Amino acid sequence: MRTAPQQGSSATQWPRRRLLLQAAAALGTTALGRTLAQAATQTMPHTGPAPREISVTARRFEFVPAEIVLKLGEPVVIAVTSLDFIHGMNIPDLKQRHDLVPGRVTRIALTPREAGVIEFVCDNFCGDGHEEMHGRFVVQA
Amino acid sequence: MQRRDFLALSAAGGGAVFVSGLAGCATAATTAKAAYDDFYFVQLSDTHWGYQGAANPDAAVTLRKAVVAVNALAKPPEFIVFTGDLTHTTDDPTERRRRLAEFKSIVADLKVKTVRFMPGEHDASLDRGAAYKELFGDTFYSFDHRGVHFIALDNVSDPGAKIGEAQLDWLKTDLATRDRQAPIVVLTHRPLFDLAPKWDWATRDGDAALALLMPFAHVTVFYGHIHQEHHQMTGHIAHHSAKSLIFPLPAPGSQDKRAPLPWDTSAPYKGLGFREVEAEQQGQRYQVTEHPVVRA
Repeated sequence: MRTAPQQGSSATQWPRRRLLLQAAAALGTTALGRTLAQAATQTMPHTGPAPREISVTARRFEFVPAEIVLKLGEPVVIAVTSLDFIHGMNIPDLKQRHDLVPGRVTRIALTPREAGVIEFVCDNFCGDGHEEMHGRFVVQA
Repeated sequence: MQRRDFLALSAAGGGAVFVSGLAGCATAATTAKAAYDDFYFVQLSDTHWGYQGAANPDAAVTLRKAVVAVNALAKPPEFIVFTGDLTHTTDDPTERRRRLAEFKSIVADLKVKTVRFMPGEHDASLDRGAAYKELFGDTFYSFDHRGVHFIALDNVSDPGAKIGEAQLDWLKTDLATRDRQAPIVVLTHRPLFDLAPKWDWATRDGDAALALLMPFAHVTVFYGHIHQEHHQMTGHIAHHSAKSLIFPLPAPGSQDKRAPLPWDTSAPYKGLGFREVEAEQQGQRYQVTEHPVVRA
């Protein structure tokens, strides 16, 4: 079962100093996925400093950077900007996807709870090379 | 007799019956054929006309060779279906139309009266099916053949791989008066279930279509997109993907990227092919026979 698009889901939430953990409820096969499942989709009070924001550019036919290193337990916001197309960013292990509308920054908040790899993929067909448009988060302990 | 691989799959009773290999199955098939008014059709998929790349250095002739191979079948099929990605995508609308027209011209040499088409995302996603409709007509439709109801679903004209509300409403209407015991075959491009979401091998609202089909006892889905055979059940619904006619892809989710498998110069066309689908037992059982593009 797939979730509906959640464009810019967390873009307005940080001013309220709340951390939206949009992790998965019934995740896939990765150990990381299982751990994130425990977080589920919930809103938690945020008492520390603002999370690190990581900028990602989406363009035909790549995410830049395509590999994003995260620290275990560190809240981050992935701020994605598309340059040329309504690309998709599907993160199956987190059971969420986003349409990346050019001119709009889509912010995705997450806190990895276990070391490992979380893959993401463009899921809006964008042309010859679409199949190569992958990326991944590498969570380091 | 050449060695043939048979795969018999039952859509009845919630179980798939895989019968592989082999000669004994041919005997079983013959028996079944005598008992019922059986028929067979041919499925071709993912021809990607216009592709140029190392994964198939013979791309300019592969489709033509497949046409020759289909025409050489001992008994012609009653119809042929192409389950999408007729052409390889291009940003240029003129070139897209040229490729679609050229594809249409090549497959016009098939010596079978009825040939049915449907788009893949390479044909239709960049212009929401506009060029495809000009050359091939509707992107979704249904028809009946010898008591089997066939439904062609379009899960590619929306670049987000959605069937969409309008088409789902059409499907609901199409199914509304059907006998729930009557056999149904769904033809589509992408898998209707989440086969490998990390490779985008899914249909975003495929679960909605499957929910509409679930009340029917005998439903079988034939699709393409993943460039290889794959067989899976969702509940009592059987799903069977077809090989490509351009390049094979790795097993679902088996590596980081869904890059084409390299061309094997020692075995050209390895992993490519088309299939016969024989409807038996009044459309409640299907026997799939895979054919290579060229015989060794």
